Formats: sequence, C-alpha cells, structure tokens
Amino acid sequence: MLAAVVFLPLIAAFIAGFFGRVIGDRGAQLVTTGAVGLAALLSIVLFAQVIHTPTPQTIEVLRWIDVGEFQANWELRFDALTAVMLLVVTVVSAMVHLYSIGYMAEDPAIPRFMAYLSLFTFFMLSLVTAENFVQMYFGWEGVGLASYLLINFWYQRPSANAASIKAFLVNRVGDFGFALGIMAVFSLVGSVDFNDVFQAAPELAGKTFSFLGYDCDGLTVACLLLFMGAMGKSAQLGLHTWLPDAMEGPTPVSALIHAATMVTAGVFMVARLSPVFEYAPTALAVVAFVGASTAFVAATIGLTQFDIKRVIAYSTMSQLGYMFFALGVSAYQAAIFHLMTHAFFKALLFLGAGSVIHAMHHEQDMRKMGGIWKLIPITYAMMWIGSLALAGIPIFAGFYSKDLIVDAAWASGSGVGYYAFAMGIAAAVMTAFYSWRLLIMTFHGAPRADHHTMEHVHESPWVMLVPLLVLALGAVFSGILGFHLFVGEGRAAFWGTAIKVLPGHDSIGVAEQPLPLLIEHGTLIVALIGIALAYVFYMAAPRLPAALVARCRGLHRFIYNKWYFDELYQFLFVDFAKWVGFGLWKSGDGAVIDGVGPDGVAAATRVLGQKASGLQTGYVYHYAFVMVIGIVGLVGWFYFFS
Amino acid sequence: MMAGWPILTLTTFLPLVGAVFILVLRGDAEAVARNARSVALWTSLVTFVVSLFIWGHFDPSNAEFQLEERAPWIPAFNISYHMGVDGISVLFVILSTFLTPLCILASWTSIQTRVREYMIAFLVLETLMVGMFCALDFVLFYVFFEGVLIPMFLIIGIWGGPRRVYAAFKFFLYTLLGSVLMLLAILTMYYAAGTTDISVLLQTSLPRNMQMWLWLALFASFAVKVPMWPVHTWLPDAHVEAPTAGSVILAGVLLKMGGYGFLRFSIPLLPEATEYFTPLIYTLSVIAVIYTSLVALAQQDMKKLIAYSSVAHMGFVTIGMFTLTTQGVAGSIFQMLSHGVVSGALFLCVGVVYDRLHTREIVRYGGLANNMPKYALVFMIMMLASVGLPGTSGFVGEFLILIGTFQDNTGVAVLATTGIILGAAYMLWLYRRVIYGAITHDDVRVLMDLTPREIAIFAPLIVVVFWMGIYPSSFLDVTTASVDHLIHAYETALGDAHTRMALAALPTVGGH
Repeated sequence: MLAAVVFLPLIAAFIAGFFGRVIGDRGAQLVTTGAVGLAALLSIVLFAQVIHTPTPQTIEVLRWIDVGEFQANWELRFDALTAVMLLVVTVVSAMVHLYSIGYMAEDPAIPRFMAYLSLFTFFMLSLVTAENFVQMYFGWEGVGLASYLLINFWYQRPSANAASIKAFLVNRVGDFGFALGIMAVFSLVGSVDFNDVFQAAPELAGKTFSFLGYDCDGLTVACLLLFMGAMGKSAQLGLHTWLPDAMEGPTPVSALIHAATMVTAGVFMVARLSPVFEYAPTALAVVAFVGASTAFVAATIGLTQFDIKRVIAYSTMSQLGYMFFALGVSAYQAAIFHLMTHAFFKALLFLGAGSVIHAMHHEQDMRKMGGIWKLIPITYAMMWIGSLALAGIPIFAGFYSKDLIVDAAWASGSGVGYYAFAMGIAAAVMTAFYSWRLLIMTFHGAPRADHHTMEHVHESPWVMLVPLLVLALGAVFSGILGFHLFVGEGRAAFWGTAIKVLPGHDSIGVAEQPLPLLIEHGTLIVALIGIALAYVFYMAAPRLPAALVARCRGLHRFIYNKWYFDELYQFLFVDFAKWVGFGLWKSGDGAVIDGVGPDGVAAATRVLGQKASGLQTGYVYHYAFVMVIGIVGLVGWFYFFS
Repeated sequence: MMAGWPILTLTTFLPLVGAVFILVLRGDAEAVARNARSVALWTSLVTFVVSLFIWGHFDPSNAEFQLEERAPWIPAFNISYHMGVDGISVLFVILSTFLTPLCILASWTSIQTRVREYMIAFLVLETLMVGMFCALDFVLFYVFFEGVLIPMFLIIGIWGGPRRVYAAFKFFLYTLLGSVLMLLAILTMYYAAGTTDISVLLQTSLPRNMQMWLWLALFASFAVKVPMWPVHTWLPDAHVEAPTAGSVILAGVLLKMGGYGFLRFSIPLLPEATEYFTPLIYTLSVIAVIYTSLVALAQQDMKKLIAYSSVAHMGFVTIGMFTLTTQGVAGSIFQMLSHGVVSGALFLCVGVVYDRLHTREIVRYGGLANNMPKYALVFMIMMLASVGLPGTSGFVGEFLILIGTFQDNTGVAVLATTGIILGAAYMLWLYRRVIYGAITHDDVRVLMDLTPREIAIFAPLIVVVFWMGIYPSSFLDVTTASVDHLIHAYETALGDAHTRMALAALPTVGGH
C-alpha cells in the first residue's frame, strides 16, 4: 500500500506527460487527480494504521548504489513521521490537483501542468519515505526540479525564467551543504542508512574529526552542513531570496510547493534526524537562532508588500522560521504539528488568493483591489478562516501549534530559547497585522480596480471552491483534533521511535506545565493587538500608513526592498562570477595559457624554422622542434638527476 | 556461444573490415555515398552486438585480465600482440561501440562531401579506440593510442568548421608533446623490465627515482588527453571546429583515454610516484572544476560551453581516481562512462539545431520550447544529467567521487563540491537562453522538431542515462573487483616501499 501511495503519482505523471495528446486535457486531469486522490485515501488508511501499531517498517524496492562499504538502496521507510507527512502531502496535493482543473482551465498546456504537479508529488513522497540520506537527497533534488519546472511553467515570461533559475541555484547552494553533510556522516559512521546512523549517534557525541585542517566536533559539523540544505529548501534567512520570486509560478503551485509541502522539507529533515541533532547541541542552537531570525525578518517584509501572493509568501517564510526554532529547542513534535496545521491554512490562503486573482482578471496588486467581499463571499469567508488560523486565534488550528512553539521556546530556558521567544512574539504581532491588512485591502473599502474588471468579478466555480472548503476544515479542526496525538499526552505513544528527545531537552513537557500567564497567552494577546492595529490603520484611519511611511522613510525603504538581500547577492555572487568567468576566459585561457603555450610555441617555432632553413614551413617543423626539446629535456633530466 | 572465439580481436577489427568494404565501393558519387552510409551503420551495429558478448562473457567477480589473446608480434624485442580486458577497461569498449553507430547516424545528412572517406575515418577510429582499451602490451597500446589521433585529426581538419586548421594544429601540438614523452617512458620501462607486456610490468617494481620521471612523462600525455588544467585549451577549439559526430567521439571516448591511462599505467605501475604527485593532481583538478566552470558561464557559443563543462567534469574524474578509495575510483570510472553518454548527447543536441540554422551562437536561438517540445525534453534530460540530478547517470559518479574524496581530503571535497553549484549555473543559463523565453528570431520560428532519425539517436542515450541513474549496479558490479584489486595492489606496493625506505634509513642512522 505504501508503494502504491508513492508510485501512483509517478505513473499518473508519466501518462499525462507523454500521452497528454492522446488522452486529452480532461483525460490528463482525471488521471492525475484520480491517482493522487487515491493516494490520499490510502494515506488516511495508513495514518489510521500507524495510530494503532506504531512499529516502523521498511520495504525494499531495488538495489541502487552499492560500492564497497557505501550502500544506498531504494527503500521505503514507514513510521509515524512518514505517516504524518504522507497525509499532509497527498491531501493537499489532491486538493490542489482538483483546484487546478478550474484555475488552469484556459491554459493551453493542461496535461503538462498536471504531469508536473503529479511528478512533484512523487518526488515529495519519495523524500518523506526515504530510508537513507542518499534517497532523501534524490527526493530533495527531485522536488527542486519540479519546483523549477513549475515556477517556469509559463516559460515565455522572462521573469519566470529568472525566478526558476534563481530557485534552483539558491537551493543548490543549500544542497552543497547537504551533500557535504552526507559525506561527513558517511566518513563518521561508515553508512548512510538512517537506522545505522541513529544507532551510532550516541557513541559519536563529542568525538572530533579533522575538517579542513581543524579538529571539529564531528556531529556538529555534519548537522550544520545538513542544516544548510534545510535552510535552502525551507527558505531560511540567507538562502531565502528565491521563495518570493517563486511566486511567478501559477497560484496552485505556490499553494502546494511553496507553502504546504516542499518548503517544509527542511523541517521534516531535521525532525527525521532528531536522533542525530539531539547529540549536537551547538547545531540545535544555530537552528533555533536562524529560525527565530527568519520569523522576524520575514514578518517585517510582509508588512510592506503589496502583491497579495508575496505577502503570503513572506508569511510562509516567517512560519517556517517558527518551525525551525521549535526544532532548535527540541520541540520536534510541535514543529511537525505546526507543519501540518500550517499546510492546511496556508494552502487555503494561497488557493483563496488564487480565487481572488482569478476573479480579478489576474490582478495581484492589492492596491488595485478592494470592495469585492460581497461579490465573492465564499472566497472571502475562506480567507477569514485562513487568516484566523494563521494569526493563532483559539479554536482555529494555528492557535494550538504556534502557541505551543512559542511557549516551548520560553520553556527551554536557554539564551537562544529566550531570543526565539522574543522574536516569535514580535513576529506574531506582525503576522496578525499583515493578515488583516491583506483582508482589508483586498476585500474592503472603495473598489480600486477599473470599471471593466469590477464588472467581471465573479465567484469561482465549484471545482475550485470544494478544495477550499476541504482545506478550511483542516484549518479549523486539525489543531483541536491533532493536539492530543501530536504534542499532548499521547505523543510518546504516537511518535514511538520516529522522534527522539533526550531527557532534559523535553521543552514541550515543560511548556505544558503552567507558565506565567502573560507568557502562556502571549501570542494570543499580541495577535489581537495586531488585528486591532490593522483595523485602525486600514479601516478606521486609512491615512495613517502613508503618514507613518513618510515619518520613517529610510526604514520603510530598507524593509520594502527586502533588506537588500537580492541586491547584495547579485553584486557579491552573480555579477562577480560572471566577471571572473569572463576574465579567466579571455586573459587566463586566451592570453596566458594559449599565449605562452600553443600560440607562443607556434610563433617561436615559426621564427626558428625560418631562421633554420627558410625553405620549408609547416607541421613537420613543429613536430621536430617539440621532439628535440622533449628529448633534450629528458636526457638532461636523467643526466643531472639520476 | 562464441566462447572460444577471439572475441576482442573480432570486435576490434570488424570496423576495419567494413572500412575496406567501403573503400572498394563502386558506382556514381550518389550511390557510393548512400552505400557507404549503410555499410558503416551496419558494420558499427554488428560490432556493437559483438561487443555485448564481451560483456556477457566477462566475469565480474574476477579481478584478473579476461578473454586474453596472445600472439607473438615482434619476438626479437619480446613485444607481443596481447589483448584482454578487466573491470576497468571492459565498459569503455562497450562505450566506444555504443557511440559509434549513433555518430554515423548523426552524420547521415549533415555530411555531404567525401562521404566515403568520412565513413572510413570513423570506422578506422572505432578500431583504434576499441584496440586501445583492449591492448595489454605497452607498444601495442601506444600504436592504438597515437593512431586515434590521425582519423580524429582528419575529421576535424577536413569536415570541420572555418577555423579547422587552427584547431587541428592546436590539438596536434598539445597531444604531440605528450606522445613523445610517453614513448620515452615506454623505452625506459622496456630497458628496466625487459618487456612491454602490461601484465608482467604490473608485477615489476621500479626504483623510486625512476618512477618519478616516468610518472611525469606519462602525466604529460594523459593530462593533455583528459584534459587537465592548464593544458585544456585545445579542447574548446577542437570541439567548436569538429563536426557534430567528431565532437561526440572526442568528448565521449577520446577524453577517457587520459583517465584510462592513469588507471591502467600511472597508478598501478608507479605507486610511489602516484602517492607523491597526488597533491599536484588534486590542485590541478580543483582548479579545473572551479576555473572552467566560471569560464563556461561566460561562453556565447553552445559547443564551447559544453566543452568547458567537459573539462570541469573530467576534473572530478581525476580527483576521484587519485583518492585511491573504492568509492572514488569506482565513481571516476562511472563518471567517465556517464560523461561519455551525457556529453555526447549534449553535443548531439547542439548538432540538431546547428543542422537547421548553421550557427552555434546562443543568442541566435531562444524560445525553442515553443516549436520544438520534443527537442526541449531531450535537451532537458541531458542537461539535468550533466548537472548531476539524482536518478540520472551524472549523479552516481559525481557523488561516489565526492564520497571517496571526503574520506581522503575534506578540503578538496569542499572545493570540488562547489562544482555542483557552478555546474547547475552554466547549464541552466544555457538552457534558458536556448529553450525558454519567447521566440524573437523569425528563422527560429520555422524550425521543425526532431525527426524520427534523430529520435532514434537520442532514445538509446536516454535509456542509458536513466538506467545508469536508477540501477547503476549493472555497471558498478562489473568494475568493483578490479577496482578493489587496483587499490589493494597499490597499498601493498606502497607498504613495501615504505618498509624498504625505513630499512634503507636504518644503517644510515646506525652509522652516525
């Protein structure tokens, strides 16, 4: 059954991709949506199974790379962590497939789009079922490829081309770390199999190995390198610049890949490797620090953007930051819990935004929206649900997971934990603020779109609304329903051996003890403040934002331009690499090597040849000349040195 | 079946038989051209089938030379015609016979002048390539090794582009330098060991001092072939001027001659020198990976870009084999096979559009995904294989090399791994400019998608790329025993040498 879940989407992608012309648009939609839908149903069954019998199991598929001690086979691993990821990935993917039937109805390349979506699902599933590091890397790169293809789906647009290359390359920078991390693990343990590595980790704690000439703590180096991969895939500060640009892809893609599933792969990776990270406290501190900083920085940028998809994209990045600092304080279960709730409500928000964009003739600028809530009431309601869940208002899913993460950061009691707590609270205010800024700017106030657009604003067809409703159910109930199992009393039984927390690292346990009142309800209080502020700024006194911007022009420009990361990287890496490459080509290869080497020798030979005879030119002379030089040189060497 | 046959000789000289057959073709020019093409294609296909029997009869668990054939050749000098394959060479034979029919098919319409001579040149080239990988006598090897240059030189010089004379000259000059030194090395070894038989030489241990000089002499020859930085500048020019099929063989097989030479001669025959010079190889290879990747970023000519990428990929290969770890060496053999298929396919991809528009300038294209979707897919697969995406052949070799390198030297591993970022950068940038975007040139708009003949060329390449990526064991298992044997022998030899040096040092210490 597990194999069916993983390979159904691949088969569907293959059929839709290669026989799209035979089976037609409708056929491609049916095959892919049906296959992924079936996979989703099977995943639900598997999830139910794992609740009852949480024993991990492994299914062998095929031999892969097997050289000496290095063995990496195609195997499927199944435990509680896999089950959760399967559920999230297949359900969201099935909904996105369904939604795409409506959203992409007018596109000329429907089979290709559906095939890419299914292909992505396959790679994502093989990532979460990986049994060893190399197979995980396969899924990891595979989802990167699918992301590249889908960002670039409208390949005639130069902006899409640029965004897709950027996504692939920034991820490759992360993969550089990931690959080196795998090498480090192999040279430490002598295996890349998860079970072997997890078993060996406790004995390796504190052992050093020589890295780049320094004696370093082996596990810390390996974990930090692996985390670099996670940073790339999950758009953490420093390697995040590709995510906002990735919004060039069609909106269903943003919902599935760049919000719900692929970008959470980094979170999944660290959780999967918890038996290793637990023994590398320094690495965990770095994870927490990066996550907390990302949560904060992304939220500030989200405050100022006007593109509806970009606001949600920065919100995604910020929420991923939450997940990472949860991991960093050993609250792995809370991170995965937030991963799940976030997948539902963020996919809901993106698909809702897609519904708005669909209604507004592909307009994405919130400055040209407003006053449409009566025209598209269902979408409007869905966006409310998504925002309430995102802001962490009780009953809605985000409340349970986010609140726990922030509390766990406090409960961990470490310096970086307090830092994460502070950043988490600050980001929570901003989250609530930009969510309601988005709601108000998009749906309320006077219409700012032109007359023609407003006339055509319409509610989306049912094929798009049904997925919204299903995801809304998840955004409302997944928190309440999952709490006990994921992070509550039942967590030890549910997770079994899938997640390892050392005694003394149990920040969730501490967080569930009574904490100071202000801290326990901190996120809720600041969320309400954020919503109130947004109401004041955009509803009650709509001149305030402009006045504030005028006051802090410099700060606003800094934040609006995304802290100038793009400009910095463009200058430091892209331009520099092109400049160096061109220079090496023209002066290195051209002037120095060829100038001294073949061209120089040729010129010298020509001169010598003319001097020597003046009768003949051509290759014979070059030949003779080089031969003489060679023989003289070699005889000379032997004469003097042997 | 065929067990008792001299199957290596058969594979080696079958193409030559076809060449003779073409030579005696009679009729008007049109008919001769047509028949020459068919004869060449059938000959190479039959050769490929025969070569599969080598693979079939090969015993992967045996590290020794197999399917050996031996006949006296120049008995006065103890030089014999000695053929045989082991796990290191056998797959290169298959690679050569696999690529040749595809090359002939790729030249079907693009070569219109002197078709007869062209086909003869290719078949002779095949004989020499296969012979080189099978030869177990150093002199025999030398004949094949140098002989390969002649048809290649002619293919570039006669059927090449406008600057073919410059390119052919540069190619010749570089390789010549190495050849002369290698000949001297062979002579020296002959005087030291009394034979040129490789299986005997492998048992001979040469004095340390001599090893150093011999190593450098062989290095001069092999490094040019690989090519290693800084003797790589002939490659971009040779590729740019060579006809498509010439580039395929050049990148697919000829570059592997250098890597094969290191594995067959430098490492097992000269272990002490190999240990001594490994830092040199590492340095040059790391420079190759980073330097040529950056240079590739700046290219405006499709073929030049892929040529520079070849230098970078071969940099990985030389790093891997000199780690002398199981993963590193097996990875470098695998990477050579994979690169042979992938870079060959990439040059064929360039050939497809060159045949249609007669330019390789990247800016003259753009937006091909609109009217050539099949081509875009093929190019995409090969681009991803070149980038080393897991699931394709490019990943397995590259990753094994890096795994091996990390165990030996973390610094080299880190620097080499930057190649996976830079490699992705120039390939994606190339792909974007050629395939994506809107069509801006009118002559590009009317280009037709792949013809059935072109699909027939690419289909086997695609199958192999995925086969090698998803189930590489078919290939890795063939090489493992020989690789282990190579490493074991190397370590034993080094161990002996170190003991000897320690012993030699003792009396000196005692004397003082």
